[in-house]
Amino acid sequence: MIIQPHISIQDLNVHIGENHILKNINLDIPDKKVTSLIGPSGCGKTTLLKTMNRLLDRQNDVRVDGKVLVDGENIYDPKAEVTHIRKKMGLLSQRPFPLPMNIYDNIAYGQRIHGNHNKKELDEIVEKYLRGVNLWDEVKDRLKSPATRLSIGQQQRLCLARGLAIEPEIILGDEPTSALDPISTQAIEELFMQLKDKYTIVLVTHILRQARRVSDYIGFVYMGEIIEFGPTEEVLLNPKEKLTKDYVKGFLV
Amino acid sequence: MRKIEENIFKVLMILSTIIISSTLFMIVYTLFARGIGSLTWDMVSKIPEGGFYIGKGGGILNAIVGSIYITIGSTLLGLLISLPIVIYINVYAKRNATLASITRLSYDILFGIPSIVYGAFGFAIMVYMGLKTSLLAGIITVTLMIIPILVRAIDEVVRVVPEDMSNAVFSLGGTRYESAKIILRQSIPGIVTAILLSFGRAIGDAACVLFTAGFTDSIPTSLDQPAATLPLSIFFQLSSPIQEVQNRAYAAAVILTIIVLIINIVAKIASKNLSKNKI
Repeated sequence: MIIQPHISIQDLNVHIGENHILKNINLDIPDKKVTSLIGPSGCGKTTLLKTMNRLLDRQNDVRVDGKVLVDGENIYDPKAEVTHIRKKMGLLSQRPFPLPMNIYDNIAYGQRIHGNHNKKELDEIVEKYLRGVNLWDEVKDRLKSPATRLSIGQQQRLCLARGLAIEPEIILGDEPTSALDPISTQAIEELFMQLKDKYTIVLVTHILRQARRVSDYIGFVYMGEIIEFGPTEEVLLNPKEKLTKDYVKGFLV
Repeated sequence: MRKIEENIFKVLMILSTIIISSTLFMIVYTLFARGIGSLTWDMVSKIPEGGFYIGKGGGILNAIVGSIYITIGSTLLGLLISLPIVIYINVYAKRNATLASITRLSYDILFGIPSIVYGAFGFAIMVYMGLKTSLLAGIITVTLMIIPILVRAIDEVVRVVPEDMSNAVFSLGGTRYESAKIILRQSIPGIVTAILLSFGRAIGDAACVLFTAGFTDSIPTSLDQPAATLPLSIFFQLSSPIQEVQNRAYAAAVILTIIVLIINIVAKIASKNLSKNKI
């Protein structure tokens, strides 16, 4: 069914302290498609997302067993370089967190820490990615003003542009629209639809309608396990598992 | 009934606000009333002449310069030591909660130690290292005293920087060092407050410098010379039985207050400009 997995998760188990958070996860995230992870709060879907760029390493008492292969390379290999792995992925968090600097520097930041200080190239990159998230026209006259002056919807698009500016292959979204108003949400969703030609997108979401609108595949996570994975319409409209059926029931009516 | 209760507490709150504010006003008033007459240009531009402490001419430039040297020196040195400590316990040793809490506890204890103890400790080190009373010894001792203030105050603001802020840096492929720089940038107003707190303590403390920096009527020109300080200068003048010399002590106190005020204003402006990009 899936020809070309971009991220392949194999026998993944995650413990935080005494708690077994993720249990025997096996999941192939298809290349250049939008995959949504759905499930009730606390089911482990955000944790699953954070294992993909090793942000989970930052927490206390975390034990990760198993493999996560990105382009065939195991990112939990002790020899894997974590900054290099994270550079391949842009993360969009629940609430936008612009860095404490101006709009231009926010976008240029990723390029700069990876060693690009060429003014002309940075100018081009900043414009390209601000245009990419349809923010350029709104901010082109105030690139030097603090990023925090933007509205929250603009900030979230800025954060997306900031992530894209390091030229990743994958975009990870952790409920990226949960703090946004409907119009900003729509803007972000439309961006995902445009971006899926070029990027592999993994989205954690609570909103089933959103999952249906934007994603090609859906994974249903429940109590730390992947209950069902398949094409969007199939999972939402013809779920095979009873648990999935119960969860998406509200959606069907 | 509840309305009456509220009113009683409202009156109490207003009263205590008035009492505290008027105390502050009275301190400033007393200083100015007694000191302003002696506050001449000579006071701030000359070093003591012979017989200054029995009412002859001269000023306290030696103490002003000495205090500024010691305070700026120790604040800079203190920052140089405190920032890495705070970064280490908040960014690098984040997963080692025991280390962080032991560090915090020890700085809490050091925070509460009276400055005379630091003075005695500084004196002991000085004797051990064979140093004389000097600017350097004063700076080292005052630095030891203000490090706990700096560490605790900066730690408080760095801890409240949202986790997602550093995660944003990490997910862009940043290192912990790069995330630390962003965290510090985000904490600038708090760091400025910490610097102000320690600056105030450093410039106003007499006990720390009593044994270590010594006292002299001349302006130190190198680190191994003794240095006068404003609090000690005030102390010596105030212990004089001569009214005129006592008044000069108040003038010196006015100068001390004005220096602290200027530093406060400059720091507030600097903080505002530096932190305009903060969330």
